[in-house]
Amino acid sequence: MTYHDLKANRREILTSVGAGGLTLAFSIASKAEAQDDTVKPLNAYVRVAPNGKVTITAKNPEVGQGVKTMLPMLIAEELDVAWEDVVIEQADSDPKAYGRQFAGGSMATPLHWEELRRVGAVARAMLIQAAATAWNCGPGDCATVPGNVVHKPSGKKRTYGSLAMACANVTPPDPKSLTLKDPKTYNIIGKPKAQYDVAKIVTGEPLFGIDVRRPGMLYATYEKAPVFAATVASADLEAAKSVKGVRKAFVVEGDPKAMSPGPGNIGQGLMPGVAVVADSWWAARKGRDKLNIKWNDHPTSKQSSKLFAEQAKAIAAGKAQRTARNDGDVDAALKASAKTVEAAYAYPFLSHANLEPQNCTAEFKDGKLEIWAPTQNPEPGRQLTAKTLGINPDDITVHMIRGGGGFGRRLANDYMVEAAWIARETGAPVKLLWTREDDMAHDHYRPAGFHFFRGGVDAAGNVTAWHDHFVTFGEGTTMAPSAGMSAAEYPARFVPNCRLEVSTMPLGVPTGPLRAPGSNALAFVMQSFIDELAHAAGADPLAFQIKLLGDKPTVGEPPAAYGAARMRGVLQAVGEMSGWGKTKLPMGEGMGVACYYSHLGYFAEVAHVACSPEGAVKVKKVWVAADVGSQIINPHGALNQVQGSVLDGLSEALHQAITIEAGRVEQSNFTDYRLMRISEAPAVEVKFLKTDFPPTGLGEPALPPAIPALTNAIFAATGKRIRSLPITPDMLKA
Amino acid sequence: MAYSLTVNGKAVSADVDGDTPLLWVLRDTLGFVGTKYGCGVAACGACTVHIDGQPMRACQIPVESVGAAKISTIEGMAAHPVGKKVQAAWMELDVAQCGYCQAGQIMSATALLAKTPKPTDAQIDEAMNGNICRCATYVRIRAAIKRASGQKEV
Ligand code: FES
Ligand code: FES
Repeated sequence: MTYHDLKANRREILTSVGAGGLTLAFSIASKAEAQDDTVKPLNAYVRVAPNGKVTITAKNPEVGQGVKTMLPMLIAEELDVAWEDVVIEQADSDPKAYGRQFAGGSMATPLHWEELRRVGAVARAMLIQAAATAWNCGPGDCATVPGNVVHKPSGKKRTYGSLAMACANVTPPDPKSLTLKDPKTYNIIGKPKAQYDVAKIVTGEPLFGIDVRRPGMLYATYEKAPVFAATVASADLEAAKSVKGVRKAFVVEGDPKAMSPGPGNIGQGLMPGVAVVADSWWAARKGRDKLNIKWNDHPTSKQSSKLFAEQAKAIAAGKAQRTARNDGDVDAALKASAKTVEAAYAYPFLSHANLEPQNCTAEFKDGKLEIWAPTQNPEPGRQLTAKTLGINPDDITVHMIRGGGGFGRRLANDYMVEAAWIARETGAPVKLLWTREDDMAHDHYRPAGFHFFRGGVDAAGNVTAWHDHFVTFGEGTTMAPSAGMSAAEYPARFVPNCRLEVSTMPLGVPTGPLRAPGSNALAFVMQSFIDELAHAAGADPLAFQIKLLGDKPTVGEPPAAYGAARMRGVLQAVGEMSGWGKTKLPMGEGMGVACYYSHLGYFAEVAHVACSPEGAVKVKKVWVAADVGSQIINPHGALNQVQGSVLDGLSEALHQAITIEAGRVEQSNFTDYRLMRISEAPAVEVKFLKTDFPPTGLGEPALPPAIPALTNAIFAATGKRIRSLPITPDMLKA
Repeated sequence: MAYSLTVNGKAVSADVDGDTPLLWVLRDTLGFVGTKYGCGVAACGACTVHIDGQPMRACQIPVESVGAAKISTIEGMAAHPVGKKVQAAWMELDVAQCGYCQAGQIMSATALLAKTPKPTDAQIDEAMNGNICRCATYVRIRAAIKRASGQKEV
């Protein structure tokens, strides 16, 4: 199978409704026409076939977050069609038709909730108008039941399939003029729907980037320097070519701009390396083993995790480089506090470790480049590829192929540029596949970070002083990607005397967003230190958290408004769910609570752990209370995302660290970069509170509080405060 | 050299070097791409297939060592009496997120249930611990195994 001819071989009526401008495109496509791009309607979201099957385009990349199912549900609901009659088609990258297409920031729901329902409503209104014209009545005399327009006075019905053709003569209405359904009447939204591709997943049909196959395709492997951005001094290309099946071996000089150390440079384009192309991937790998590459020295070869930690400590001993916030008088408040706490926190670099290693297939023919990429961010990839190869972006087509996990890794498109370059050099379609070791050595890592805290509470258990000196990576005020912190980072604005300071260290390690970027680290340090203050005050941690949130409904102005009432709501709910304070636990067990606001979602979580005297941690259960607004669109997907995010967070806290030594990543595979296994996975109970806010996304916000809920539970169980991740047995022992 | 193999009950032949791991023979030579590559070092289980009914990591099996043993892949599970029940449970509970690990998960779960029709939680842990799910769908994997084996899900 190829991914190319999805749109071929059909004869159907096309009714299309697009996002920008909602133009009507219409045609009867024969097989030949359907293959001809000139009749392919632009801005197409909806097509109705004569048999009533409705094809809905999924605009965004699918990497396991469920949007290929969820976004079409919004259209189908307002179109009023039976879910069983919906066929979902993955869009190519086509920003002119679909606007921005990306998987990031848990933004699919907030960005599309309104817009895509209106897309469906417009299509429905057009079908109604077509029926009204046929029946010679006003549209007000018509209603719909799934897949049909009904003539209310007579009860006559016409199927959508029979009306689609007549939509050619209907002017699409202004989407804003249409009244959307009352949520009480929803047939699809809010009903659990299995992922559209579930049957393909369980039967092993080709679906992922790694499964793409093109006629005459060759397989490539690409070796880059273990020290980031080091260039090739020499390589035994002839030895590689002597391996049976190897067709080509060549050095790629790379793009110097992609290699200069500094915030956001390294790894953001074509990095230097050696490519081996063969008849099979295994032959390419065997050829690669013979390359004996020598790398030139590079300034980043002096970097190490240990040195970063030492440097951070030294910086923290002096004056901070920059003050991001300074409310009240922290020093005076600390002096006046009943209790004060000082603590230093640290967290490591992390890798995304998508289970499907980075890969991409590219074919360069007659000056045109076709790309099949499991990317979360196709358009920047297309632009980057065009720039690097010196070709016109309009000559590049990017097919978005399902990715075996995203987690932010596939927002970068380094694998795309590499595949395109290698395919052009090779003169044949090429599938580039990274080894697991390549993947771990060449990620865009979650940056490590260091926080130096001072805090104080008064006799009544109020937080009176909060001081965080954040030592992170960057140059001056330019942060390395995902290494920054907002000046409104909670509990700022809730503590009268609050100072947030930032100092940076230079970094030559590629960094980037990892699921809940920033938050995945900041939640751990902020929520742990709040828990420290709660214990210092002798207060119940949950009551302390609720009290800290004050009594206002919101604090601050959009876009930095913080829904304090929403957070109090989820904290109260998770307390009830978990039996907080009511459960008597045996020795060595404890419960911890944490909350965090990110990606527009409010989450409070309680973890229950059991710790052994040897320092082993067993998470017995996690409770989650979530407020993501008025509507859960697909309960199936929503629950899966939340449970997965929580376990992902626990996995990071319990196991994961990328360490740098002599400029290179020390970990190489799942043997030394461990992911959680089923035997460690606790039950995760989830409750969604329904509130009057527009629905928001679920790909990320459940992750951040899982980590401090765990570490706070460990404190409750053992009296040991976890101030650095990952958690090791040593930290728990006497 | 050409190796004769039995995959999902059919005789096939692959002309490859003897040291080529079965994983790559299945994927690249024979086109059974349902079997996935995750680590190449027996650490993730994405490449799990059945060799004479036993769950094995195809990334670790040189094709020359397979001999006359019968290979089953995810593509053959619909015709497997236990495998099809496992697939059905996986669909009903909508286990997958990205889905990349799930072929391997289903292969391990099928082998488990073929031998142990009503596994305990501990038996599930033992049989499934070699299969990483990066998306951490473990709660549903456990529930689906229980469902496929006719046991209460929680
Ligand atoms: S690829 Fe074989 S166990 Fe991971
Ligand atoms: S579903 Fe993504 S790795 Fe398991």
